Amino acid sequence: MYDEMFGSDDTLRSAYCDYKTWLDGEDKHRLTRKSEEAEAFFRKTGITFNVYGQEDADERLIPFDIVPRVITAPEWRKLSQGIEQRVRAINAFLYDIYHRQEILRAGRVPKELIANNIAFLPQMIGVSPPGGIYTHIIGTDIVRTGDNEFYVLEDNARTPSGVSYMLENRETMIQMFPELFSRIAVQEVSNYPQKLRRSLAACAPPQCTGKPVVAVLTPGIHNSAYFEHSFLADHMGAELVEGHDLRVQNGRIAMRTTRGYQPIDVLYRRIDDDYLDPMNFKPESLLGVPGILDVYRSGGITIANAPGTGIADDKALYSYMPEIVEFYTGEKPLLNNVPTWRCSEADQLQYVLEHLAELVVKEVHGSGGYGMLVGPAASKAEVEAFRAKLKDDPGNYIAQPTLALSTVPIFTEKGLAPRHVDLRPFVLVSPNSIDITPGGLTRVAMTEGSLVVNSSQGGGTKDTWVLEE
Amino acid sequence: MLGKTAGGLFWMFRYLERVENSARLLDAGFRIALTRSKSAPDEWASVLTTTGMKQAYCQKHDQFTAEKVIEFLLCDADNPASIISVTKLARDNARLVRTALTREVWEATNECWMTLKALLKPPLRQQELPDILDTIRQQTALVRGATGGTMLRNDGYNFMRLGTFIERADNTARILDVKYYLLLPSIANVGSSLDNAQWETILRSVSAHRSYRWLNGDDISPMGIADYLILNRQMPRSLAFCYNKIDDNLGYLESEYGERVSASQMVDDLCEELINQPIENIFEDGLHEYLLRFIDANNALASQIESDFRFQQ
Repeated sequence: MYDEMFGSDDTLRSAYCDYKTWLDGEDKHRLTRKSEEAEAFFRKTGITFNVYGQEDADERLIPFDIVPRVITAPEWRKLSQGIEQRVRAINAFLYDIYHRQEILRAGRVPKELIANNIAFLPQMIGVSPPGGIYTHIIGTDIVRTGDNEFYVLEDNARTPSGVSYMLENRETMIQMFPELFSRIAVQEVSNYPQKLRRSLAACAPPQCTGKPVVAVLTPGIHNSAYFEHSFLADHMGAELVEGHDLRVQNGRIAMRTTRGYQPIDVLYRRIDDDYLDPMNFKPESLLGVPGILDVYRSGGITIANAPGTGIADDKALYSYMPEIVEFYTGEKPLLNNVPTWRCSEADQLQYVLEHLAELVVKEVHGSGGYGMLVGPAASKAEVEAFRAKLKDDPGNYIAQPTLALSTVPIFTEKGLAPRHVDLRPFVLVSPNSIDITPGGLTRVAMTEGSLVVNSSQGGGTKDTWVLEE
Repeated sequence: MLGKTAGGLFWMFRYLERVENSARLLDAGFRIALTRSKSAPDEWASVLTTTGMKQAYCQKHDQFTAEKVIEFLLCDADNPASIISVTKLARDNARLVRTALTREVWEATNECWMTLKALLKPPLRQQELPDILDTIRQQTALVRGATGGTMLRNDGYNFMRLGTFIERADNTARILDVKYYLLLPSIANVGSSLDNAQWETILRSVSAHRSYRWLNGDDISPMGIADYLILNRQMPRSLAFCYNKIDDNLGYLESEYGERVSASQMVDDLCEELINQPIENIFEDGLHEYLLRFIDANNALASQIESDFRFQQ
């Protein structure tokens, strides 16, 4: 087990030296009080999320832990180079897969995996997105297992969420412990919204004249991530729109303002492909805009992320990521991929069935920690129930070893206690640059020993520090 | 600004105003019910009528008791017009228009909702009522203060104000209408002064019992009170005051947008017909009829604003 703060024999790792000095000088009761204050602070600002299927507790707080997760500058440099390489490859892959499909012709990725994949959108074939960017925003999920061992767990190339928590966590820490930030030089995160706006505006569509008008498309106030949608729109100075605010007018997408309909140039959408356009995808969707895909194809609007990017973070394709990175960058991948068994292949399925109790099995299209089996943590009955589901539809699953996720201490009444964490750095892609905000969102499994960090399953968050050089 | 956002701001402030008005009305009702136990049921019935909830109440309860009415108006989540339900609507609208609010206004609104949600849990005891009503008024005042102190004076602000004054005018007209019979000159009270407690209730429900005395001394006449609540331009809850503000707000939007909307014409017409006249004429034509006409015209104006500024598709 790798703890990021303490090495073997409880030696303090260098990243945490300054923090620990400060911590030792603090009164424990004050910290307990601060810890409670944080909750009131979050509740007041309305940083809540809704949990699907829990009507009573419709607005819950994500638990926040006051001990930061600290990453040194050299560690971050290495990590961000790896992420950048991967993001570059993903965009090249998406362009290729919707154009000449060289990678399929070269036999590096099986054709069936694309052709039969619901995340692949035939409507996007031959379409080149404005600025050549498919994934303007990516949230790469990373776990650490050792000193220099980082694994990419997922690429989240559709509509990654959580960035508002990254920003508010820092804001909360600065309010609660201002002295910490004058003692320790931590790299800034607060300019993310401006950078997001800039990189969206840099991909304005051909028909945009003048300063690009940017809007955020949300499913509405009942969506679990609504807080984040309004937060980002507010901080970018962009309108927050819903499908019923929009319509097609003169070949553009226009929003209903108090003075009539006005065209939008860039739409940062926070709804899934399926719901985007009832005329082209799910006809029953009330969230999208009928005809938006046709406007998109004719250069009337930029949709971020582009429709069809889901094919790049598909779990069935995940195991091919090392090949994909090499194919497009000509370099060896800098970050590890978690070894993955594809249950669609008979011999691999066999292995998975034999080792079910040791593995993590995930649905190919699942997310949020739903519908997965964590073998070592599951009861015998749960494992057997899952075995039946797996045999029933093996193509729907992949399996991975349970990684020994690193731990970072959280603050408890009895003192510091290690808990497992992951990390989601946020990446902005524009035609001229790839920008990774230093740090990202650290999610922490608040229960001792648990490996599930998802907020929908009781996970919490921490402020994430990347130290200045 | 998005039409939906303008609509959200308008309704957020209508609902906040409604919360405050209900609290005031309850306060006045509570006071009279306390002091005159015999007429208490009538008093509670008229509070329900003013808020337009008498029918809904009667479907659920068969007696007008303080406990039941208070619970129904304050914390009955099934009652869509209870203070707790309306506060939730205000906060839902605030979430909808979060990007058009300053952090201060959003936090004050959110705080208002959290405080009232914790406070308004049945069963409520009668003796807690004064404190509860105080808190409600305090919380809504905090939102208003944050709004005044931090919001840009742009189109959004003017939509907030329009919602506030449309709601307030509606409320004042309703209060008067429920009690209008008390203000009618009748043989019984010719030469005698009005029933003290009753007129105080009317004035108290618009927080005007002190200011009225400052202005009129002890000359408490039906016409004086009606004049004060309908035509006085200094009294912030009078119909004339509300329409003066509405006219200003629409005037701002007209110059900002460079376009005169139909609602502006409606305001001119309404003022001409209903506001700019002496109180004697109003009494001559019938106070009740006057108030009904006003309430209708006020509602029509609200719908016109809604369509002029494209609140909905």
